[in-house]
Amino acid sequence: MKRESLLAALGAIGLVACAWAVPWLKFVLTIALAKGIAVLGILLLLRAGQVSFGHSMFLALGAYTVAFLAPAENEVLLLLPAAALVAGGVGLVIGLFLVRYRDIFFGMLNLAFAMVLYSLLEKLYDFTKGTDGIRVAALTFAGTEPERGTQEWVVFGIALGLAILFGLLVRFYLGSPMGRALAGIKTRETRLEFMGVSARRVLLFAYVLSALMGGVGGALIAMTTRHVTPQIAYWTSSGELVFIAILGGAGSALGPFLGSVAFELVRVYAAAAVAEAWQMILGAVLLLVILFAPGGVWGLLSRRWRA
Amino acid sequence: MTDWFADNSLLFGLALLDGLANAALIFMVAVGLNLVFGVLRIVNVAHGSLFAIGAYTAASIGMFFAARGLPPWTGYVALVLAAVAIGAVLGPLIERLLLRRIYGHEDVLQLLVTFALFMILEDVQKLVWGVQPVSQDAPLKFLGTVDIPFGEDVIPFTAYQLFVIPGVAVVTLLGLAWFLRRTLTGRVIVAVTTDKEAATAMGIDAARITLLTFSFGAGLAALGGALASPTLALVPGIGAQTIVLSFAVVATAGLGQIEGAALTALLIGLGRSIAVYFAPEFEVVVPYLIMVAVLLVRPQGLFGVIETRRV
Repeated sequence: MKRESLLAALGAIGLVACAWAVPWLKFVLTIALAKGIAVLGILLLLRAGQVSFGHSMFLALGAYTVAFLAPAENEVLLLLPAAALVAGGVGLVIGLFLVRYRDIFFGMLNLAFAMVLYSLLEKLYDFTKGTDGIRVAALTFAGTEPERGTQEWVVFGIALGLAILFGLLVRFYLGSPMGRALAGIKTRETRLEFMGVSARRVLLFAYVLSALMGGVGGALIAMTTRHVTPQIAYWTSSGELVFIAILGGAGSALGPFLGSVAFELVRVYAAAAVAEAWQMILGAVLLLVILFAPGGVWGLLSRRWRA
Repeated sequence: MTDWFADNSLLFGLALLDGLANAALIFMVAVGLNLVFGVLRIVNVAHGSLFAIGAYTAASIGMFFAARGLPPWTGYVALVLAAVAIGAVLGPLIERLLLRRIYGHEDVLQLLVTFALFMILEDVQKLVWGVQPVSQDAPLKFLGTVDIPFGEDVIPFTAYQLFVIPGVAVVTLLGLAWFLRRTLTGRVIVAVTTDKEAATAMGIDAARITLLTFSFGAGLAALGGALASPTLALVPGIGAQTIVLSFAVVATAGLGQIEGAALTALLIGLGRSIAVYFAPEFEVVVPYLIMVAVLLVRPQGLFGVIETRRV
């Protein structure tokens, strides 16, 4: 427990040091933190034994909220809550429907909603500019408009701060009775019902929270890349999020961030080394992790301590 | 309203014909996915990649035959060869080397293993066949077109898409139904699907059945791809498109349903092609709208059976 906090603090310092020492890494690490926040949401659902194969829709909702609102209102401190609100709101509406389903149906329905969003983003050209995507207008932070270098640091800092905030929140939530009930859905849902706990309500709360974090992650990605395309909603992006969750390890709120940093670094280096086959390398890494380290990066670390 | 139908009868005719061929192809992929899920209890995300590789292989073999100066009908032999090759080589390889290691693991891990496989196979396609569109339409041209009267108009439609693709799908459907219900191996597959433990206790070699079923499913996906190859330009990403569509079919039909999968494929194939002609923006959305609408009313799928809740 103490080691987890220590590792988190060390990790945060390490990230800042890396971003400072190697400027181009700042971009990669900001994306990693943003995805990590979204993957925290996947982690919640995994606790309940459910896999969302469409979580990218919430990233897309957050990202497109930023892209659409930015021309009218470019204040980062307003855009982030707006993105969270949109994603959380949509999460609540479809969550009401989705929590009635489990396992493959839950996964496939998520996928269906994500694909609907993807194709709307792609096809409604007049509104979304289709596959060309939308350029995000210049942003202001607390009323000031920082120059490029500073702006990168600002977004990085916000991502890091939010990552820590959401990490703590998820840790607290998973330790609370509501969070414990989530694990109950995975093991024996009927027992939960016998105790008078509504499994659907428990899952709905987790789903809305995960959607909200997805929206925040997507908004941060939009603020970093400054360009939003429908690709962010495609089902392969959702697969990546689940990939990161397993890569990092589902055992700790730190896992998603360990996973996303590892994922983004492997992706960047693999793409630089063999441009044609980076996806193949990522796939091979995923296979190795599942076959030889099913606890993910977090599992490897915590096992070492126990030994 | 009747006027509108009269005005658009030609488009409707085209949509129906297109939808039929489309449905036949989706069915070939979805039924294999369904069969594999039944026995292995794994949702194979890489199933669409097998469709894509089947299509590419068929095109390559077809072009190789054509380059050798073989008669055009050998194009059809190429289609079958591709499907058999994928089913007999790639299928067993994947099952033996990869999937066998993860039976009994958590569902998430099993799903992700096939996702990793999907990522790897996507790049394999790019490395082997490149990113430029590959196409061969010899089997399509060989049979020529048929004039179909539609009211006062006549629609020329390729005989390949009108007879060959739906024909193969119908033969697959009937053959599969007969195989699963009337032959020993087929019944054993059904037994393993229903209760693997009990089947094993009766002396059934579940490992052999698993290998057989997966390879067979892989072959069906590859056959679907091979059949589709003369009708479309092969580009990276067709595997990813195909798999989400067949997910929609399987989830809408309900698990373990073969005839149900056929009807659902028809429903979704027609829905999609009608959208192509009348509301092209919504072409991709239609299958998922159908799926969501169906699951809203029937959570177990159109033809699915409610599983008893195990306490």
